[in-house]
Amino acid sequence: MHKRVGLAAATVLLAALALSGCSSGSTSMASDLPRPERDPGVDMSRLSGELNVFTWTEYLPQSVITEFEQLYGVRVNYDTYSSNEEMHAKLKAGASGYDIIIPEIYMVKVLQREGLLEQIDHANVPNLKNIDSRFRGLEHDPNNDYSVPYVWGTTGIVVNKEKIDPDQIKSWDDLWNPEFAGKLVVPDDAREMVGIALRTMGYGLNTTDPEALEAAKEKLKALKPNVKAFNSDSPKDLLLGGEVWGGVVWSGEAALVMRESDEFEWIIPPEGVTIWIDHVAIPKDAPHKYTAEVFINFLLDPLVSARISAAYPYGNPNKAAEPYISAEDLANKAINPPAEWLEKAESLDDLGDEMNQIYDKIWTEVKG
Amino acid sequence: MRGRRNWLGAYAALVFGFLYLPVFILVVLSFNSSRTSAIWKGFTLDWYVRLLHNRLLWEAVQNSLIIATATAVIATTLGTAAALALHRRQVRGRLWVEGLLYLPLVLPDIVLGVGALVLFTALGIQLGLGTMLAAHVGTSISYVVLVLRARLSDMDERLEEAARDLGATPWQTIRHVTLPLLAPGILAAVLLSFTLSLDDFILSFFTAGPGSTTLPLRVYGMMKTGLTPEVNALSTVMLLVTAVATTLFQRLTQNRIF
Repeated sequence: MHKRVGLAAATVLLAALALSGCSSGSTSMASDLPRPERDPGVDMSRLSGELNVFTWTEYLPQSVITEFEQLYGVRVNYDTYSSNEEMHAKLKAGASGYDIIIPEIYMVKVLQREGLLEQIDHANVPNLKNIDSRFRGLEHDPNNDYSVPYVWGTTGIVVNKEKIDPDQIKSWDDLWNPEFAGKLVVPDDAREMVGIALRTMGYGLNTTDPEALEAAKEKLKALKPNVKAFNSDSPKDLLLGGEVWGGVVWSGEAALVMRESDEFEWIIPPEGVTIWIDHVAIPKDAPHKYTAEVFINFLLDPLVSARISAAYPYGNPNKAAEPYISAEDLANKAINPPAEWLEKAESLDDLGDEMNQIYDKIWTEVKG
Repeated sequence: MRGRRNWLGAYAALVFGFLYLPVFILVVLSFNSSRTSAIWKGFTLDWYVRLLHNRLLWEAVQNSLIIATATAVIATTLGTAAALALHRRQVRGRLWVEGLLYLPLVLPDIVLGVGALVLFTALGIQLGLGTMLAAHVGTSISYVVLVLRARLSDMDERLEEAARDLGATPWQTIRHVTLPLLAPGILAAVLLSFTLSLDDFILSFFTAGPGSTTLPLRVYGMMKTGLTPEVNALSTVMLLVTAVATTLFQRLTQNRIF
């Protein structure tokens, strides 16, 4: 009897799925954007049958991949990693076979130093001109020979306006306000958190001075009573559930929170902020280099780029895509902070194993 | 007496609660219209719809099933042969062979995974479905041999002797006597190696290459950026499929000798 009930339930569910699948097939956002066209400059005979993309999940919308496949007849394999280090390890092991990766600036530096990147032929990526000049030719790669900006974000402060008046947060130091005892969430991330403490004391984000680090440790210990949770992966649950009043979060998480509820506000204090900019790059000895370059150029197409922005809550360095991005997202300060907020933005550098261990040790001590 | 029974009942309830409550919550949240698990915003089937259109997840499911099926078939075939050989004949250096066969059972997966990665890279073999399959088969064989050796030691060898006495060729003996007697063990080995391969994360993690992301790898990759209720929906569907399959399997096997 029980078995039959189970089977019946399964059948009902599957039928329901099939029905709802038919009725509301187009749930994807940004489907109203015009479709990009095939670039006549692409030499179709040089394209390969496959392209192996290796990146984060939720970094390339399926509609974008499908469009590329349809326009150019290339099958895209999409494999994922969950940290820059994981990807680095895979590439270093050799024999990886990937054509496209999306490392952060510090990882671009590491990969380039180790000779693991292929030079990008600019003749095949004319859309590079679409990138906002403030994101082009950055210090790590002055001519964008190896890397092309893809998405970016910051690590700032989000507050629930019902609980914390945004005017109460004028600087990073205001996180230490005893009124917020047990009400904040911060990422479980040594570099970010030690970096914030360093910044409140006027040091740079990539400080290696032992005295400054010692002082940062003491400073962070004083923050601990205010911290309800160390959570890097999904602080939005705590924020939306009302378990915390605010805290330090990645801008992408904050943008999602702000898309769900207008009770939240994003703040970047004037002392500066951590910024990350992920770049598209081609690993050394990529089996399908030309196709990879065509793909990069495709990603930089304003229509494609806007679609990516609609799907994922990150900053878009593509200036030409702006007219196609929703007004709501353009106004979302977590996604698009005013340029003056970024004047003192700093990228995290790779400080080497030894220094990373020191940072980790400080953070472990603070948490313990 | 009654007191003790109540206590046992409560204990059993706790155990089952602990086992199944997370699964229950996972299923319930697959119908939550909010993207985050913190708040219940109302009932929806949206995640199931999106799941239907999520090619990346389906590709991962497909890869997982391909690898698991191939692993089950290859590992069981090789493992059964090995178990028969070890049981039947005085293999030279048998203790060594057995030791080497059982070693992967106790070796941490991470050692095997790193080892496989280093080997494949040193040989210049392109990582992908093939390398992953090789790693899965390599470790599953140990389990298959273990299961079948247990079955073989319970088997009455006189049945095989009787078959030979009655004029059966060695192949006929295997085909009509040994294999049917081993069938429950073989079936168990198939299921075990299939499940082990489907669940495996560590070996897959190290031996994966372009286009070979399996479901556990995909879900892990989603942890940092996009763990959506689509994963809950997928888990619910898999749960249903497994439940239906198990039920059918039980029905089918009830009428058989095993």
